[in-house]
Amino acid sequence: MAQQIMIDPVTRVEGHAKVSIHLDDNGVVDAAHLHITQFRGFEKLCEGRPFYEMPSLMARVCGICPVSHLVASAKACDAILAVRIPEPAAKLRQVMNLAQIIQSHALSFFHLGSPDLLLGMDSDPAQRNLFGVLQQYPERARDGIRLRQFGQQIIELLGGKRIHPAWIVPGGVNEPLSEERRDQILAATPEALQIVQRTLDWFKRGLDQFREEIQSFANFPSLFMGLVNDSGGLELYDGHIRIVDATGHIVADRLDPTAYQEYIAEAVEPWTYLKYPYYRPVGYPEGIYRVGPLARLNIADHCGTPLADQEWAEFRALQRGAVLSSFYYHYARLVEVLYSIEQIEYLLHAPDILSEHVRASAGPNNAEGIGVSEAPRGTLFHHYKIDAQGLIVWANLIIATGHNNIAMDRGLLQVARHFINGEQISEGALNRVEAVIRAFDPCFSCSTHALGQMPLQVQLLGPNGTLLDEAYRGG
Amino acid sequence: MAPPTRVKTLKINNRDVGARQDETILEAAADVGITIPTLCQLDGLSNGGACRLCLVEVKGSSRLYPACVTRVEEGMEVLTNTERLTNYRRMILELLFAERNHICAVCVSNGHCELQTLAQDLGMTHVHFPYRHPHMVVDASHERFVIDHNRCVLCTRCVRVCDEVEGAHTWDVMGRGMDARVITDLSQPWGTSDTCTSCGKCVHVCPTGALFEKGKSVAEMLKKRQFLPYLKLMREERS
Repeated sequence: MAQQIMIDPVTRVEGHAKVSIHLDDNGVVDAAHLHITQFRGFEKLCEGRPFYEMPSLMARVCGICPVSHLVASAKACDAILAVRIPEPAAKLRQVMNLAQIIQSHALSFFHLGSPDLLLGMDSDPAQRNLFGVLQQYPERARDGIRLRQFGQQIIELLGGKRIHPAWIVPGGVNEPLSEERRDQILAATPEALQIVQRTLDWFKRGLDQFREEIQSFANFPSLFMGLVNDSGGLELYDGHIRIVDATGHIVADRLDPTAYQEYIAEAVEPWTYLKYPYYRPVGYPEGIYRVGPLARLNIADHCGTPLADQEWAEFRALQRGAVLSSFYYHYARLVEVLYSIEQIEYLLHAPDILSEHVRASAGPNNAEGIGVSEAPRGTLFHHYKIDAQGLIVWANLIIATGHNNIAMDRGLLQVARHFINGEQISEGALNRVEAVIRAFDPCFSCSTHALGQMPLQVQLLGPNGTLLDEAYRGG
Repeated sequence: MAPPTRVKTLKINNRDVGARQDETILEAAADVGITIPTLCQLDGLSNGGACRLCLVEVKGSSRLYPACVTRVEEGMEVLTNTERLTNYRRMILELLFAERNHICAVCVSNGHCELQTLAQDLGMTHVHFPYRHPHMVVDASHERFVIDHNRCVLCTRCVRVCDEVEGAHTWDVMGRGMDARVITDLSQPWGTSDTCTSCGKCVHVCPTGALFEKGKSVAEMLKKRQFLPYLKLMREERS
């Protein structure tokens, strides 16, 4: 008898989603889907607003990664102004973007992911959260909280507040960096470096325990996409698009990010509000690609900072060609945090970083602007069109989580097939279904606003919709 | 020799106050350091008593009086800060917020807005009326300035400063009640106005982010109003 299992809502992810798993007559997993259950409409509600307002307006898409939206949106507005922003402003934006990546990765790894990693996939769900980690591994939990604080404090020192700073503006940033604040940031970097290094050591030592998860967590060939710089190195702010295949070979390189519509198209499915972007030359759904930390380390030739380069080389040695298991997103996140801290130090030592010249001014010179940057979760596109007065008439956003949509769907199916057999469904198996989603660190917050341990309801439904079995997890 | 100024004595919040006979309750209160909330009132412009935030209680009368346009009288006993008044003031603010689309978080005047400051000062935590969410347009046709009707509270400071100080009378009000709007010239795009001198006075007297300079991002629009009392004083001395 065919059955459907629903996981609604998915927990310890950023935002709201549900998962449905369909069993065939023999109780074997037939299909699995991720449903993003809410609609935000940011592309519509910005119509008629002055384009100068867009960075702050679009930053409200998300409370966790507002800086990513600020950056991509401001870059789109720079293109409308048709200015090249002052070099110190570009560096300052990069520092804030890196700080954002540190705090977001720390949140994903420690607050959301580490309960599975430290306490075990099958541990008591009532304890399997950050508070459980705090009780049993207080040092690890403290490291996570401290690392996130490090990133958030840099954002506050630069922009005046941690969430939704209005500091990144079209044309640059609205206030230069003071010497005192630069020194404050630099004084905090050694501790952050130590935290991420000891976390990497511990994580790598424990990888053997997760052999089954590594093997089944969205572990399949796909394309990988992201930005790289002119030397092919890891790039999070600017650069050009590179796409590699599962063997690690470059499929496309030096693609102009502003020509994204030539190589990315979006498909729509009836079960979710999140669209399915795909690589246009291959088609849907075969044009599956992944973005984010795993993809960025797969496409780059190096990181460009000494400590991160060593870790990157070790990471890439995990597998010939590209590293395919999405479980390794966690690993890649730590390598990127290491890179980000080193890169912040490097940028803050630049001779022009304290320059007063941080903003270019101009009126609307182009009717259209596209801004692309790397958000913690992957490549982020903001695309606007304006009328003669500078009011927005059209906007299109492709959020990182969207790029991974096909891969998350397929990953769900893979995990469900591996861990769910027949009508006996263990709590640990369902947790792994959620954990594969967590590995991608999807930002449903970019389409919603809640976070944390939410009540989990699992229903086992017969083909005619009758409830066969039901289980609850407390909120 | 000019006749001596007649002085009236009255009580404001149970304090004995002496005021010139041509002073308003608002001015008399300000002289002794008592602040009454205002929104449409601005030193240097005429008063219309439009916003009703400065309503005060006067002993012996059940109705409330707008302090900005009510003259002092001998023996008056005025209360400016009762619970009843605070409730009314908060209600007026809530109605202003509900009437149009005030989104502080993404507003050019965030942190420097008189409406926002009043709401904070008067402890307005919620809007208890359903938001109307009217569809309102932004007019960015002027070369340097923008009007966003979503944020306009119809205080008419722009209308008064343009008429009384600049002498252009570009701004006026059209329509009634909820349909009322400030307009430029004969309700045409601001950029096509023949009378506007682009002096920017309207922008700087506007209490909210309804009028702002082009190119300002969120929270960047600082209004400079110091010019108005100086301008007024200099003109009085010349005349």
